[in-house]
Amino acid sequence: MNSPLIHGYEVVIGFETHTQLTTQSKIFSRASIAFGSEANTQACAVDLALPGTLPVMNRQAVERAIEFGLAVGAHVSPSSVFARKNYFYPDLPKGYQISQFEIPVVQGGEVEFFLGQEKKVVRLVRAHLEEDAGKSLHEDFVDQSGIDLNRAGTPLLEIVTEPDMRSSAEAVAYAKELHKIVTWIGICDGNMQEGSFRCDANVSIRRPGEPLGTRREIKNLNSFKFMQQAIDFEVLWQIEQLEEGHKIIQSTVLFNPETGETKAMRTKEDSADYRYFPDPDLPALIIEQAWVDHVRSNMAELPRAMAARFVKDYGIPEYDAITLTQTQAMSHYFEQVAKISGQAKMASNWVMGELSRRLNAAHLGFEACPLDALTLAAILSRISDATLSNNAAKVVLEELWAKPLEGQTPLSLVDSVIELKGLKQINDTKALEQIIDTVLAANADQIEQIKAGKDKAFNALIGQVMKASQGKANPKDVNDLMRSKIAAL
Amino acid sequence: MQELHNMSLQGLALAIKNRAVSARETSEHFLARAKAHASLKPALNPLQTADHLTPATTSCGAFVSFNEEFTLNLADQSDQRISKGQARSLEGVPIAHKDIFVTRDFPTTAGSKMLEGYCSPFDATVVSLLQQEGMINLGKLNCDEFAMGSSNENSAWGPVKNPWDVSRVAGGSSGGSAAAVALRLCPAATGTDTGGSIRQPASFCGVTGIKPTYGRASRYGMIAYASSLDQAGPMAQSAEDCALLLSAMCGPDLDRDSTSLDVPKEDFSRHLNDSIQGLRIGLPKEFFSDGLHADVRTCIDLALHEFKALGAQLVPIELPKTELSIPVYYILAPAEASSNLSRFDGVKFGFRAKTYKDLDDLYRKTRTEGFGEEVKKRIMIGTYVLSHGYYDAYYLQAQKIRRMISNDFQEAFKTCDVIAGPVTPQVAWKLGEQINDPVANYLADIFTLPASLAGLPAMSMPCGFGASSMPVGLQMIGNYFQESKLLNAAHQFQLSTDWHKKALRGTT
Amino acid sequence: MPLTSQEIQKIASLAKLDLSSGQEEKMLQQINAFFEIVEQIKSVDTSSISPLSHPLATVQEVSLRLRDDQVSETNQRELNQKSAPKLEKGLFLVPKVIES
Repeated sequence: MNSPLIHGYEVVIGFETHTQLTTQSKIFSRASIAFGSEANTQACAVDLALPGTLPVMNRQAVERAIEFGLAVGAHVSPSSVFARKNYFYPDLPKGYQISQFEIPVVQGGEVEFFLGQEKKVVRLVRAHLEEDAGKSLHEDFVDQSGIDLNRAGTPLLEIVTEPDMRSSAEAVAYAKELHKIVTWIGICDGNMQEGSFRCDANVSIRRPGEPLGTRREIKNLNSFKFMQQAIDFEVLWQIEQLEEGHKIIQSTVLFNPETGETKAMRTKEDSADYRYFPDPDLPALIIEQAWVDHVRSNMAELPRAMAARFVKDYGIPEYDAITLTQTQAMSHYFEQVAKISGQAKMASNWVMGELSRRLNAAHLGFEACPLDALTLAAILSRISDATLSNNAAKVVLEELWAKPLEGQTPLSLVDSVIELKGLKQINDTKALEQIIDTVLAANADQIEQIKAGKDKAFNALIGQVMKASQGKANPKDVNDLMRSKIAAL
Repeated sequence: MQELHNMSLQGLALAIKNRAVSARETSEHFLARAKAHASLKPALNPLQTADHLTPATTSCGAFVSFNEEFTLNLADQSDQRISKGQARSLEGVPIAHKDIFVTRDFPTTAGSKMLEGYCSPFDATVVSLLQQEGMINLGKLNCDEFAMGSSNENSAWGPVKNPWDVSRVAGGSSGGSAAAVALRLCPAATGTDTGGSIRQPASFCGVTGIKPTYGRASRYGMIAYASSLDQAGPMAQSAEDCALLLSAMCGPDLDRDSTSLDVPKEDFSRHLNDSIQGLRIGLPKEFFSDGLHADVRTCIDLALHEFKALGAQLVPIELPKTELSIPVYYILAPAEASSNLSRFDGVKFGFRAKTYKDLDDLYRKTRTEGFGEEVKKRIMIGTYVLSHGYYDAYYLQAQKIRRMISNDFQEAFKTCDVIAGPVTPQVAWKLGEQINDPVANYLADIFTLPASLAGLPAMSMPCGFGASSMPVGLQMIGNYFQESKLLNAAHQFQLSTDWHKKALRGTT
Repeated sequence: MPLTSQEIQKIASLAKLDLSSGQEEKMLQQINAFFEIVEQIKSVDTSSISPLSHPLATVQEVSLRLRDDQVSETNQRELNQKSAPKLEKGLFLVPKVIES
């Protein structure tokens, strides 16, 4: 593993991500988890920890955990235990959080992604189910905080990695990949502004070869941009501390987006004693193999499997496959185009390139792509049969963007545009030769330079041919013909 | 017709159904009795120890709240149903609830300043179930704070005094329930038993009480003390009455309590009249050791003699881990309690300290002022045994020994059908006598703790009078789900003896 | 193993309880007396025993029941907040939480 050093230090990062699960009701009560309701209107007796209330487990939350476990190739534990994490905080109504400690529901697993061209694998330690806490609001109150327990009891899956990451860029890439996975399989809506996907980054530094340094935990990072900034600042801060002879004290820190700095929270005892013990109100969670198999059979093809399949069946590079399986919609779009046009690599290039660019600019996802997959397939067919050059194809795409099919087949629609705009590529060798001869004649003085190897001059002649043909000449043919003619001169 | 307060539940139900007396009259009758004995003023200083109380008044401090309007309304509704021929099984029969069960129409305090005036938005399942049989809620009964205690001296509202001798404790934590039934202030009461809190006060006050198999009665709405031990149960004048109530109280509550067992509702009265010829009664040698006072032993022996006369066989058995029940229970129960009581923080409900300088101070002042001494002590013990470095040696070890204790019982039940012995080593002690020696209090729980740890059904029935003419109870422990066998044995015993009928001076 | 005053303070802090020095001494005494009884459990050989979390686990399978993912709790804010010590605009008020 190649770790980029910063001032001679290696950076070690592990992540804990809290994902809010897509259920209707809370993990242990039957109140709604819908976002944005008026304070405490979705906090029932169980959520408020009123005396005499007891937790009852939501099946859907468990199923979401199973889905995640399968998606990352983890072991779904046939028996797992809920434990109480005891501490006092106003947004924690029971004075303890029901979580999982020694035996979590999902164990192991890994997340693969690309950082630039390099493939990375981050190992997961575990993922466990727990309940979310409420919220404290400060704006309207002087010296006081208002506690809203609507969020208390929302089901969370906490996903913990090994400290496998070695740079802030890698960490962000991991987070993005994880975000993709959980939204792909539909266990989380991924809405970071609403707090559906929150990351804590454990950061430490060390000289290469030395044991792990003391880590500090940056809490509640809910934007990829902030994640990178926060980690970068933290790393430099830790380096400075060590260089000045100070030790790093294990602590929890918060990132301030306005100042761009991380700062330790003022907690009294930093390693709080949570006194974990199995929750006596909840017997062990048993997950039979039949349930796991049932979930597996009903799950949409997982991104890693689909990417592997794309590589195998369509012969596209792994990098492409991973990129194309960013979302279910994108992968389905690609596959449709690839199948119908028979041009997998071309489809990949267009989907990753032109299509993605346009959709990003319009803030749209592939599920709402204004160009139907069949239409793109038709365009690609016309490129592959040399009717269209790449540039000409872009013109067709622009023309058909956001245009409905209106009873025509995609191919006939594409052809009608080609016809209308006179975009048909000139493939006729004779016609091309004529243009080439004309250009060569007009540029006789360049021929010697070209024969000597001057590519710039050669490209300029190609340019002239293209211009003379109003861009319709088949560039490859022009190239080949030009070469052979000059060679013959 | 007998006096209403001397009638059995069955008798009352029939009388009301046949309109020999109205539900309203019945409730008025019991309310009047209850109120006459409820002159104990709530003690707002939770630090007040029994030393400061004088047993001068005959009032026993059993009831802590009433809602006369609500009670009589319910009674009127019962009368209406009866006139329409829609009487349910216990229509119009009054009952009172230990103040550990939340009720919508009465405040619920759990004997604590922490919940003074607390209004629950829902009823405990057990309360609803009894109400669904037509029972009328008379009021809430005093108890040891958060069900922690064996004497009912730990209530913020003052102690419950033993009706047989008001200078003595009623037992705990369901002291109010036991005293109320003993005084016939209500025909029956609900209690809860975590380490003996139904059986022991029943024994001290000369009434009958039963704790079912763990998981039979819903814990929803029962303010939690030790989750893996708490169970609700009835306290009444006889095993027959207990059987009626237990049948109503038990049943799966699958939607609200994850520890509630999915076993069907049962009619625990169906075997009451079976002969107990050949019933094998196991006598654990550990229950008849030196610690057992002679006067109690005499009563127990006499009772066992009676069982023999009824055809039962006495079988010697062993429960070798009996003594370990004490440390095991007093590790596990406080551990769970320390966590269960963390919700009392002055934020969402209940008591909040008047002055505090910041959040941490709010927590500390609220909990220090709101909780009584015994509760704080158990929270401290619980916090300690769960803390880092001690969990394995204490909590985990205790859970393991708990399994061994449970295994002991299963071994014993291979050679007997039920197990019998004393409930406590001695009769009720004097108020204030053991308040400064809580360890002595804990040791006195030795006979009731084992069945609690194993989750087995167990009951207490009056079987005589010991030193200072104080009641003595006989304990019977059954195997899982064998409540009807216990009640059968008790009923047969009560058919040929009359300890359970002994009335207090001034109650008839 | 007897507890020290320092340990008592630490536990009290974890449990959010204040002990005056007099109370601390009394608590220390009583807890230590209690722990003398408790120490006996250490000598019990439990090497082959697994912990018992639900009492009935010795005689039957006890596993977590799962309920359907249905919303059935409606807004009962007023009723639920009837016993709240301090409220404003439907929020429970507490002294300002230091870190946000």
